[in-house]
Amino acid sequence: MSKKFWEELPQGSVVLEAGSSAKFKTGSWRSMRPRWIEENCIQCMFCWMYCPDMSVKVTEEGKRADFDFEYCKGCGICALECPGKKGNKAIVMEGEGN
Amino acid sequence: MTTKPLRLKELAKGEDRFAHGHRMCAGCGAPIVVKQVLMATDYPIIASNATGCLEVSSCIQQFTAWKIPWIHSAFENAAATISGVETMYRSLVKQGKIEEQNVKFVSFAGDGGTYDIGFQSLSGAMERGHDMMYICYDNGAYMNTGIQRSSATPFGANTTTCPAGDAIPGKLQHRKDLTRIMAAHGIPYVAQASPANWMDLMKKVQKAFEIKGPKFLNVIAPCNRGWRTKTDDAITLAKIAFETCYWPLFEIENGVTKITSKPKEKKPLVDFLKPQGRFKHMFAPENEWMLVQAQEYVDAQWERLLKDEAAG
Ligand SMILES: Cc1ncc(C[n+]2csc(CCOP(=O)(O)OP(=O)(O)O)c2C)c(N)n1
Ligand code: SF4
Ligand code: SF4
Repeated sequence: MSKKFWEELPQGSVVLEAGSSAKFKTGSWRSMRPRWIEENCIQCMFCWMYCPDMSVKVTEEGKRADFDFEYCKGCGICALECPGKKGNKAIVMEGEGN
Repeated sequence: MTTKPLRLKELAKGEDRFAHGHRMCAGCGAPIVVKQVLMATDYPIIASNATGCLEVSSCIQQFTAWKIPWIHSAFENAAATISGVETMYRSLVKQGKIEEQNVKFVSFAGDGGTYDIGFQSLSGAMERGHDMMYICYDNGAYMNTGIQRSSATPFGANTTTCPAGDAIPGKLQHRKDLTRIMAAHGIPYVAQASPANWMDLMKKVQKAFEIKGPKFLNVIAPCNRGWRTKTDDAITLAKIAFETCYWPLFEIENGVTKITSKPKEKKPLVDFLKPQGRFKHMFAPENEWMLVQAQEYVDAQWERLLKDEAAG
């Protein structure tokens, strides 16, 4: 997104585009990276519900898809809350860039 | 409008009304609270937001995470602002200038903006009887300016304005029981919730939106920077908070108290305190009295709540 000079901004600091924060990619903040192990996933959607950054993608049928690494900040909440299958987590955290 | 069914698989098909790309810290509890509140209903919502982490990080010139009409005015007047918006809406509907669309009016604010600085405007808006819901995300300090104590900061916590050291062992006062103070306003609905029990939180939001008049919801929102915890434990701590009865999940509807989720077994408060660096000094041998006093306070509050519930 190109920077605007003050004369080009709407008056009164009004932001006219809803959800425009999506243009700001927070994925670069990550130092840890979640990995989804699909065979251990029971589709409970806890990861989706608890992600503070709306970074768990969902298919049109409402099924869990992969992470959205453009925004995921790597906090690890999803991994901690994931029940997984028979005690085997469906999300593990790994060092970014490893 | 029919109440939205709270099934995760169905909810996941819907669109978030709070977008990614916001700049809250990794692992912050506040955006989880906001997304759950907005997800609980399909009603059109208009929100005001007091200054604080949520406001500062969710709307930075040109970049807003909100997909609803949202206004930031100042730290001390989120409730006054939304009460004005609500009044204008009612007036325009009455004048026939706009159609009634069942718009819901909400204020979001941190505990500093609620318990302390915005308290007079909150109290006033509640007393005037506006049709609005005020939601406090309580992270227990003024986090945005660097962890200063607020009247919501729990006993013993180490903050930058009550630093644990030689002079004092952290905060010496107990937290203000704001939820009960709001109930004392005689408003139709007051509740306390936690994002770790999303179903309970969303049911409360749904219920509140069906009630006309002022509503108040107090939601615990872990902050890993201020609580000195890890980035992954916001939900785990928000759960231990009600399992220890530090943060009971209850509602007061028209004066009648109901505990909406009772822990099967009440865990010791240290389970909540131990993982948090802000309480670390309380585990030193000379500060054992603090652990005892903190537990006694939680026990007394819990007993009182049980009595309130029994009284009906
Ligand atoms: C009247 C006024 N005093 C002080 C400030 C500076 N200030 C900005 S955010 C903030 C802290 C907000 O704390 P809280 O309401 O608890 O929300 P949090 O940041 O913890 O989410 C302060 C003191 C201000 N903006 N306005
Ligand atoms: S690591 Fe954190 S930000 Fe990334 S998907 Fe998991 S919960 Fe969301
Ligand atoms: S929390 Fe774990 S098991 Fe549940 S949907 Fe997410 S990845 Fe799958």
